[in-house]
Amino acid sequence: MSFVRAAWLVVRKDVLIEARSREILYTTLFFAVACVLVFAFGFVNEGRPVTDAAPGILWIAIAFSGTLALGRAFERERQHETLRALMIAPVDRPALYVGKLAGILLLLAIVEVIIVPLVALFFHAPLFARPLLLVGLLAGGTTGFAAVGTLFAAMLVRARSRDVLLPVLLYPITIPVIIAGVRGTAALLQTDVDVPMARAWLSMLVLFDVVFITLALWTFEPLMTE
Amino acid sequence: MDFHSLTLTGITRTFGRRRALHKVSMRMDAGELVAILGPNGAGKSTLLAIVSTLLAPTAGDVRYDDHTSATGAALRARIGLLGHDLYLYPELSPAENLRFFAGLYRIDRVEERISTALDRAGLTDRRDDPVAGFSRGMRQRLALERALLHDPRLVLLDEPFTGLDDAATGALVGRLRELRAAGRLILVITHDLDTVDGIADRALMLHRGRLLEVPNAGAPLRERYRAALAHAAQPAAGPS
Repeated sequence: MSFVRAAWLVVRKDVLIEARSREILYTTLFFAVACVLVFAFGFVNEGRPVTDAAPGILWIAIAFSGTLALGRAFERERQHETLRALMIAPVDRPALYVGKLAGILLLLAIVEVIIVPLVALFFHAPLFARPLLLVGLLAGGTTGFAAVGTLFAAMLVRARSRDVLLPVLLYPITIPVIIAGVRGTAALLQTDVDVPMARAWLSMLVLFDVVFITLALWTFEPLMTE
Repeated sequence: MDFHSLTLTGITRTFGRRRALHKVSMRMDAGELVAILGPNGAGKSTLLAIVSTLLAPTAGDVRYDDHTSATGAALRARIGLLGHDLYLYPELSPAENLRFFAGLYRIDRVEERISTALDRAGLTDRRDDPVAGFSRGMRQRLALERALLHDPRLVLLDEPFTGLDDAATGALVGRLRELRAAGRLILVITHDLDTVDGIADRALMLHRGRLLEVPNAGAPLRERYRAALAHAAQPAAGPS
């Protein structure tokens, strides 16, 4: 119970700070929308989008804006060394990881609420044909991406070249997640929606999530104190 | 969980090829205030990070009575740390900062404790203003109250006098005396030798990662420290 309570306190604090500054929300949202618009200019010709481009563009926008959000979320803890205050608090240290992860997921959920309709609109993609499966794929993919990203962003918080290192470390490891997200979403966009294929990719994402979150919870404390 | 002594045995910490601390050993007991002095980059903050369990030593052992850092959350609940950076969220008000940390430390009677802390920090009338608009001294006073909010047994202070005016410095000195009388173990890292001279039970000096005793009697601390520093800086005698 204290684990959940500590994670909840961290999320609530992050939401309160973000509600005051709106710095990360606005920058992440702006970046994600700009990303979709740039692709729309490139891949939509006379109102006709390039076939099958929508899933890739959606997940690239999520990955890029997610990287930005991850960096900023921990930059805030670094600037005033508040991460140290969290680490010395008498709570299970992995609860701090879960709290930060939940905050990032909340932020990316807001971003996705805006960019999914945009991608559907610009690329004539019937993303809402199977809304539950789409939500499952987005939730599974975003969780896997953010689970690894939160761990790396916390680890790199005191590294001088953290802004460069975060994407360099994050993208190779999360490639399976992004591929599963893209392929699963693509299965939803076929003329005859390939539900079994989408479900298979969703199962893969859930598996990645379980593995990544378990590893992160296991390694968070030693990585942060060594 | 509680403890009444802190014992460091042969603490060494390296960062890559750089050695920040070398075989540091010391002991302090409840009701003792120890000042750690030393030039910039001597390893003082690294020592504080190790004692506070934020950093694992490369070699050596830290014991809080018979407990080690493996005791985990129960041990950390008895440690209060004021870092050189103040560990405050500038977007939040003093009351919100204290409420957040009170939640992490599972403190009872939260609002009462927060009011007392803000009163001590002289920030009662600014309790709902964002910390971002505060002066360094105001932040420093608030950060001290944050570090002491949970009534820790071991109080670790890194440059606690920074940014404080005379009145606030006097109040902090008084507070440190109260804490010492209440049986707390207080470890203060400072360059403010004149202020700490009257209150420290003993002073130690870190020089190039080694912990040395500053002679305890006679001249003012500043002179004793300079003499100890000059002695430590001399090249060791021996065969070349």
